[in-house]
Amino acid sequence: MTALAQPDARPWRKAVDDLAGGWRQRQLWGHLGWQDIRQRYRRSLLGPIWITISMAVTAVALGILYAGLFGIELATLLPHVLVGFVVWNFISGCIAEGSEVFIANEGLIKHLPAPLSVHVYRLVWRQLLFFAHNFIVYLVMLLVFPQPLRWTVLAVIPAVVLLALNGAWVALAVGIITTRFRDIVPITQSVVQLMFFMTPIVWIYENLLNSDNPAIAERARLAEFNPFLHFLEIIRRPLLGQDQHLRHWVVVLAITVVGWALTMVVMRRYRSRVSYWV
Amino acid sequence: MSVSESTNGPVSITTKDACVDFPIFDARSRSLKKTVMGLVGGNIDSAAKVPVIAALRDVTLSLDHGARVGLVGHNGAGKSTLLRLLSGIYEPTRGVATIRGRVAPVFDLGVGMDPEISGLENIMVRGLFLGMTRKQMQERVDDIADFTELGDFLRMPLRTYSTGMRVRLALGVVTSIDPEILLLDEGIGAVDAAFLEKSKQRLVELVARSGLLVFASHSDEFLRELCDTAIWMEHGQIKQQGELDEVLRAYKGQHA
Repeated sequence: MTALAQPDARPWRKAVDDLAGGWRQRQLWGHLGWQDIRQRYRRSLLGPIWITISMAVTAVALGILYAGLFGIELATLLPHVLVGFVVWNFISGCIAEGSEVFIANEGLIKHLPAPLSVHVYRLVWRQLLFFAHNFIVYLVMLLVFPQPLRWTVLAVIPAVVLLALNGAWVALAVGIITTRFRDIVPITQSVVQLMFFMTPIVWIYENLLNSDNPAIAERARLAEFNPFLHFLEIIRRPLLGQDQHLRHWVVVLAITVVGWALTMVVMRRYRSRVSYWV
Repeated sequence: MSVSESTNGPVSITTKDACVDFPIFDARSRSLKKTVMGLVGGNIDSAAKVPVIAALRDVTLSLDHGARVGLVGHNGAGKSTLLRLLSGIYEPTRGVATIRGRVAPVFDLGVGMDPEISGLENIMVRGLFLGMTRKQMQERVDDIADFTELGDFLRMPLRTYSTGMRVRLALGVVTSIDPEILLLDEGIGAVDAAFLEKSKQRLVELVARSGLLVFASHSDEFLRELCDTAIWMEHGQIKQQGELDEVLRAYKGQHA
């Protein structure tokens, strides 16, 4: 290569422009995200509610099973499991679909010059709509197992915003990497599945931490290193009327900042390559 | 993305020594394993290097408001890749491409169409993809419905349509927009003769509305109708650029 011309004079600027330009096209991804949901209503009576129902059935079954196994009151464990499932579905949806976000949209990427972020915003928006559907399960649960809710329940709003912000950078970063290295798609999906068990969704972290058995208590402390735990806690605690810990918020905020910073580095370097790779 | 948002200023496309090189990842070179092994085992140059196809080389052109450019060349000469470079889908791997204005690319009539939703909904989605707003599309829906002559079928899911009906719908949407930069790839076929005549009229009007047109086609007749200048692509390079007739003569002359 001789006389290498600088292809991108302002790569940072372009990475930011991609995010901002995608945001300006909210009508497009807003419409597409809705359409993805409505697609599920078509030719089926309950549509996306099916996803909610199947999630609720799994959560209730696992709740009953683990309440028996651990000897915990159903009234304590079931709300814990249900809310955990609702949040986990969002997280795993963003990561699993994020790993294919550009691969799945190959046709659009090659035919229409839209910012890459459009596909990511559509994904996160769709997951938020699913989240809203699944939230019905929580509301129904409140009727059966009333929780000691206080005004702190409002903390769930910034918590969901943070969750969505993180879903966006994860999908963007993972999406770009998997477009280049297709092996990462199945790896990502296996890791997500594994993390379901490693994250306190069907088990209660604090019960293990206060276990009489010091070996268990010791091991439970390791769960703090699991980033998903902190995301779950900032949403689950307010929704179940429990006291909140500042450290979960701090960790989530730190992950948001660091994650976006890393994603911007990836965007700067590889954004323009995605249409070549898909 | 080098595509700026809707600008009120004059539209233009300029490229300087723009190259588009495609990395060809076969199953082996695409995998992480190969890359990691390549790094660990040394011998990076031959093991980790990915074969590259130079689809476009040193493309330098400058198109301004009012340009009506035809694109000719053999299959595989780089016409479609050039259109994608000009639309901003591919950013040049070397060189520069600057695009001012909102681009409406019409490369494939089917892209962005969803078979499960109705024709009317597809009109909206396709319009949004082409950079229109919801409101603008709502205003145009009746006009498009008239043009397509699909009547009540517009309420049916797209999967019930025949190929020709899909083309009608797609053409109806595409020709209803107000593009600043219009990039047309050929492949507008599969409609009956009467409809073709009708869509030609709309196509001409669409081109008249657009600020800048680049049209890739094998049809001299269509090219003469829509363009005044032309670019002849060969082996990923611009072979000739100039008046339409002149370029066409040279291009055809080479065949004879």
